[in-house]
Amino acid sequence: MVELSHDSRPIIGRGPPLGAAFITLAIASIALMVADQRYDQLARVRGWITAAVYPAQAAVDLPFRAWDWLTSSFADRSRLRQDNLELTARLRLANLQLQRFAALEEENRRLRDMRENSAGVAERVLVASIMNVDLDPFRHRVLLDKGSSDGVFKGQAVLDAEGIFGQVSKVNAQTAEAILISDAEHAIPVQSNRSGLRTIAVGTGDPERLSLPFVTSEADLKVGDLLLSTGMGGVFPPGYPVAEVTRVDRTTATFALVEARPTAQLDRAREVLLVWFKPPVPAEQPAGESPETPPAGAGE
Amino acid sequence: MRPDNFGRRILYWLSVAAGLVLAIVPLPDWLDPLRPDLALLAVVYWILSSPRIAGLGYAWLSGLALDVLRGMVLGQHALGFLVVAFLTHRLQLRMRMFPLLHQAAAILLLLALYHFIIFWTDGLTGHGYTGWNRWLPILSGALLWPLIVAAGDSLTRRSR
Repeated sequence: MVELSHDSRPIIGRGPPLGAAFITLAIASIALMVADQRYDQLARVRGWITAAVYPAQAAVDLPFRAWDWLTSSFADRSRLRQDNLELTARLRLANLQLQRFAALEEENRRLRDMRENSAGVAERVLVASIMNVDLDPFRHRVLLDKGSSDGVFKGQAVLDAEGIFGQVSKVNAQTAEAILISDAEHAIPVQSNRSGLRTIAVGTGDPERLSLPFVTSEADLKVGDLLLSTGMGGVFPPGYPVAEVTRVDRTTATFALVEARPTAQLDRAREVLLVWFKPPVPAEQPAGESPETPPAGAGE
Repeated sequence: MRPDNFGRRILYWLSVAAGLVLAIVPLPDWLDPLRPDLALLAVVYWILSSPRIAGLGYAWLSGLALDVLRGMVLGQHALGFLVVAFLTHRLQLRMRMFPLLHQAAAILLLLALYHFIIFWTDGLTGHGYTGWNRWLPILSGALLWPLIVAAGDSLTRRSR
């Protein structure tokens, strides 16, 4: 049974009158929700409070980071040697591909120059790690450890080494929230690498599955097709892998039932890339620094 | 009297802060939907224990902190916390006298109301998730209530 603390013992009656405080605070909550949802006016207020609760998020993240550091510092010698061998082999292979890639890139640039179109070449990338913080079990969102102080902006594309990961949905000073492509509220325009068919991939709330609801049953799409980003909408850079088609069911009328598996490691990635790129329609020039080349897209 | 109260306020905020940290600690996928609302349970406990100190503002600010931590619409959890705190304040004279099981049942109802408010505001802001497992924290929270009372009582006794 809850014990009444001695501070309150002298009063047998109830605490202070509550009606006025309750109504004031209830109106304040509703006003906050409306302002936050409808008018997007609260960025600054949210920024202040986020700065106040940032220590809590950092405190949750810290033990995991420390553990990673520990395990990597005390990894045993034989494993390091093996890792090293593996990485050397992989680097050799990558270098080989890169030689061909450099020639292709040069050729591509010449062709694009001819068409006076510098569509979506990533100009700058920034590596961000995903903080070990659970935001909501039913929404696919993650907290990144880079924020507006690093130049991150709302709507920025987030990639991992394997493909498109998601986009930035909220920016704070030190952190940013990203929504994954598998979130049920997310949709991304894609194009089949084989047939050039354009459609939209919608998240399902399952990190292993995207749904393509707008594919007609006659459309040219097969299991195993790679879906690339199209760059339409200007959020994602074009030509990066998004997902691989895993199921095409044409038994339903008009629209086929199509599912795809994201190529990015949505539930396993620890580090992601934030990308600045030039949108297909030349807009303002972002403050680009040394152009680093992100991992090559899949299309051969 | 005054410095003692101050120490208590610190204790109350610290326990809510601990509850908030536990609200975002990563859990395995199967356990995640079961995560109890520890911050809210701490607020309810302190309201029952010392209604003069733990008021509505305390509950409201705790809820607001949870909104920001989890990146929700500002005011959503604040409203839920506020309503639960208000009802607890109104019912405190009776609730303190309940036997523990009876008290846990009252907590179950309060948590159900809280989750309904969250569900409702989620729907209004277009994030509706209607799976059955979003209601699991009501159960886990009510089951946890006896432990919260035990922990809280031992804390209060020590600080006395």
